[in-house]
Amino acid sequence: MHLAQLNVGRLVAPLDAPEVADFVALLEPINKLADDAPGFVWRLTAADTDSAVDYRHDFGDDLLINMSVWRTRQDLWNYVYRTRHLAVLQRRREWFQRTVEVHSVMWWVPDGHLPTAAEGMARLALLAEQGPGPGAFTFKDFHDPAGAPA
Amino acid sequence: MTDDLAAVAALHDPVRRALYDYVAAQGRAVGRNEAAQETGISRTLAAFHLDKLAEAGLLEVDFMRLTEARPGPGGGRPAKVYRRGSIARTVTLPHRDYEQLAALLADAVHDTAADERAVAAAGAAGERLHEPGHWLATLRERGYEPYADGARVRLRNCPFQQVAEAQPLLVCSMNLALCKGIAGPDATAELDPRPGACCVSFSKNKSR
Repeated sequence: MHLAQLNVGRLVAPLDAPEVADFVALLEPINKLADDAPGFVWRLTAADTDSAVDYRHDFGDDLLINMSVWRTRQDLWNYVYRTRHLAVLQRRREWFQRTVEVHSVMWWVPDGHLPTAAEGMARLALLAEQGPGPGAFTFKDFHDPAGAPA
Repeated sequence: MTDDLAAVAALHDPVRRALYDYVAAQGRAVGRNEAAQETGISRTLAAFHLDKLAEAGLLEVDFMRLTEARPGPGGGRPAKVYRRGSIARTVTLPHRDYEQLAALLADAVHDTAADERAVAAAGAAGERLHEPGHWLATLRERGYEPYADGARVRLRNCPFQQVAEAQPLLVCSMNLALCKGIAGPDATAELDPRPGACCVSFSKNKSR
């Protein structure tokens, strides 16, 4: 099984606004960092989202969606918290609206399965509605592929 | 805690303590010959004490080829090597559990407005610890285990590791602020996270 993750955020300004220019400039190098990271399998790219018409309409243009698939929890953890990505995360308040709602979720997918944005959003809704469980969880309330809390 | 106490008690022997300190300071696997040479004891005695430290869980054991395979019997055999164990050992008598308290506070504070105050508090604490020209010694005293890596100074140990695993965003931000404060104008602390290592490294400021 592979580990899928989705996180969403609403920017403080449109993508072409000067307030988020630093963030936009970092997108490419940080995505490249993910692509080259050990254990990286796949991520949702612009090419995927353009073809997924329903995704844009369902969730709104101002919602940024990050979705990726990794071999293991440790691979994802190392990328998120043990690369230059950490410094970008630390600046998130400059660019993203502060939200109290659930904005990040993980779940297991069979090897080779590439989740759709709608699938990821459904997992996020599951986490928000029912709290962490085998089908939707976080680093903090992690579940192994067998469904047991880790 | 019984296991922790037994592990710590295993370090009472000064020879063992020297071996443990040597292996821990290398940040890599160390063979019996090297450990014996560096601590000035026989290979047999080093092997005995290294195995005692491994039994206590203070060192982890592995097998690897340390040198080019030599001709003859056993020449290419993997050697037993030791590296520091990853489990933290704590003994406080009577029992105290500040780690649980810190984890609960980190959970409560992270991703709220209060986390910026936590980072500011860490920065102020670092500044109070700063003594001009003394930053490396301060880092050493506080368990960071600094070491030179080319022009940079890196940290072998994260003193906040358990809580940092649970709340890396908050704890690494606080640690960076703390390190910046400790270094003051002597060095520049920067976020430089790597798998299995502390999130901060330093460049020395030449003018100082």
